[in-house]
Amino acid sequence: MKYSLSKSEQQTLIANVQQDAYPDERGRFGPFGGRYVPETLVPALNRLQVGVDKYLHDPEFLREFHDELHNWVGRATPLTFARTLSEKWGAEVWLKREDLAHTGAHKINNSIGQVLLAKKLGAKRVIAETGAGQHGVASAAACARLGMPCTVYMGSVDMERQAPNVGRMKLLGATVVPVTSGDKTLRAAVDEALRDWVSDPNGTYYCLGSAIGPHPYPYIVRELQSVIGREARVQILERTGKLPDLVVACVGGGSNAIGMFHPFVKDKDVQMLGLEAGGIGAGLGQNAASIAYGTPGVLQGCFSLLLQDENGQIQETHSVSAGLDYPGVGPEHALLASIERVKYEAVNDDDALAALAECCAAEGILPAIESSHALAGAKRYALANPGKRILIALSGRGDKDMPTLQRTLLKDVL
Amino acid sequence: MPARDSISTAIRNRRATGQPALIAYITAGFPKKEGFIQQLNAVGAVADVVEVGVPFTDPMADGTTIQRSSRAALEQGVSLRWILQELTRAEVKPQAPLLLMSYLNPLLAYGIGKLPEDAARAGIAGFIVPDLPFEESHELRNALDARGLALVQFVTPVTPTERMQMLTAGSGGFIYAVTMTGTTGKNVAVPEEVLQYFERVKKISPVPVCAGFGIRSREQVQRLAPFIDGAIVGSALVEVLERGEDPAKFLRSLRE
Ligand SMILES: Cc1ncc(COP(=O)(O)O)c(C=O)c1O
Repeated sequence: MKYSLSKSEQQTLIANVQQDAYPDERGRFGPFGGRYVPETLVPALNRLQVGVDKYLHDPEFLREFHDELHNWVGRATPLTFARTLSEKWGAEVWLKREDLAHTGAHKINNSIGQVLLAKKLGAKRVIAETGAGQHGVASAAACARLGMPCTVYMGSVDMERQAPNVGRMKLLGATVVPVTSGDKTLRAAVDEALRDWVSDPNGTYYCLGSAIGPHPYPYIVRELQSVIGREARVQILERTGKLPDLVVACVGGGSNAIGMFHPFVKDKDVQMLGLEAGGIGAGLGQNAASIAYGTPGVLQGCFSLLLQDENGQIQETHSVSAGLDYPGVGPEHALLASIERVKYEAVNDDDALAALAECCAAEGILPAIESSHALAGAKRYALANPGKRILIALSGRGDKDMPTLQRTLLKDVL
Repeated sequence: MPARDSISTAIRNRRATGQPALIAYITAGFPKKEGFIQQLNAVGAVADVVEVGVPFTDPMADGTTIQRSSRAALEQGVSLRWILQELTRAEVKPQAPLLLMSYLNPLLAYGIGKLPEDAARAGIAGFIVPDLPFEESHELRNALDARGLALVQFVTPVTPTERMQMLTAGSGGFIYAVTMTGTTGKNVAVPEEVLQYFERVKKISPVPVCAGFGIRSREQVQRLAPFIDGAIVGSALVEVLERGEDPAKFLRSLRE
């Protein structure tokens, strides 16, 4: 990655990460993060910060949150031992089954938590952006559950490739607004959601779907998603008596990954691997791997690693998976990469699709194309490092991907 | 006189004639890259201050008009580097002070180290950065300050009074008072509570108060006139340029 730190800066950051000192009071994860928004949103973010301080660790809020997670989302999600993959890869492979969470992905953990927070803060409506549609569906469902009007912004390109999710959002009572500006995918949807929020910063709650954006969003999303890693850590200890050698997750904005990684950060012997969308190659515009190929900059509220040209213009990205098709990454991942606590690599479209097919056949599980990037990365690691215990965040199920799978894996079948 | 003072001086001089100053926004290189300097001069002949917009791929504070003009400029290869080169090279430039309006990332990519010097050489008096709130602005502010350039802050109808004091005191050139919560380009009605808001800003601000976002007509300017030192016209002017009409004529129509 292209962000250089001196040895002593790196030592300080490592020590701070060990002490869980981030984000600091300015919303920084070391050099990354912050709050780069139009002035209109500053009071709204200040109010959100007050709400976060008051509620996010309040016992009553947590009781309601965990009650919804257990009785409505269906948590704890299982930890499945992947017998056949283990055999084929020469490893011990464990799958944390976020695909079995209500609405089919980890996104629901964040949505139900944030919509609960929105209610406490007295918001009149909730808006959300979505790429794969999973965060849109999760937010629509959470809003229906808690009685909040919901508007979801979705790029027109994504509406086509994730069509099943558009209908689900509408059935769940959300208004889906197609976004035809910019790149017509997730980034444009975030821009449009921000424009909506700027228009009504007092009455509207913006339920951001990944560990990105202005402070305190990366923190809120991490706290709400950390249930994934906390459960998985307990489960794998119960089942094997040991911690994993490697924890793996796919990284779009980085919400499932930070939720999985954060509870393991202090476990010095646990290595971590994040997989970004390698698309069809390493060139600008051919992938969505912001850590592997990006440079530092500011997009949509935070300083992090971005895919941009030499003039600071954000590049269009490519990935077969809508949920990873984003030119930036959450600031905490930029930090974890810069201190090399987590290793980040790219997985290309074809390898992700092959891993999806392999997981279907071997384990009877259809993973999301996003999650399949994690499977492919885990396989690559397993083949190079035999006999390791590997814990994989299976962030979602692939039902939503049928239009893409019809065009790709199923093209020649039938 | 440091370049930044030329901005407030130009606004106050116009105000002294009994009229609010006119601050005109154009997207550099829109509609055509070739006509940039000529257009700048046409606009600068009428306006008291000109904002030169640096196009960005993700203009989150802007409505559809400036999204469209930014995209068109980018497609022709307009960049901050090109804008500064053209301005430095231009033989004739407006008397009116020039500001660069840019989202933060193009400035970071250019390099905060060399930006103030290059901008000053190009005749730029200050900067407006819509996604850089005061709390994050120290590095850029200090760099610009050292070269005598202004960094303009925003206030909005939802800015609490205490914060408004901090922002107006910290603003260079003028304070950009947004007429409404929302993006650029919508037509604003200017209801009574908006006038009260401007009255509040005017009372607090040590620098000239300029109203922007959604200003399109002489009627709006007149209604705001008692409360402001300047009116900022962006999307409406960009639409005039888009239709191939005379920008000077349009700007004069706001003043008559
Ligand atoms: C199943 C699934 N996994 C992963 C992601 C990527 O998001 P993140 O990196 O925030 O986990 C998405 C996003 O839509 C998703 O739907």
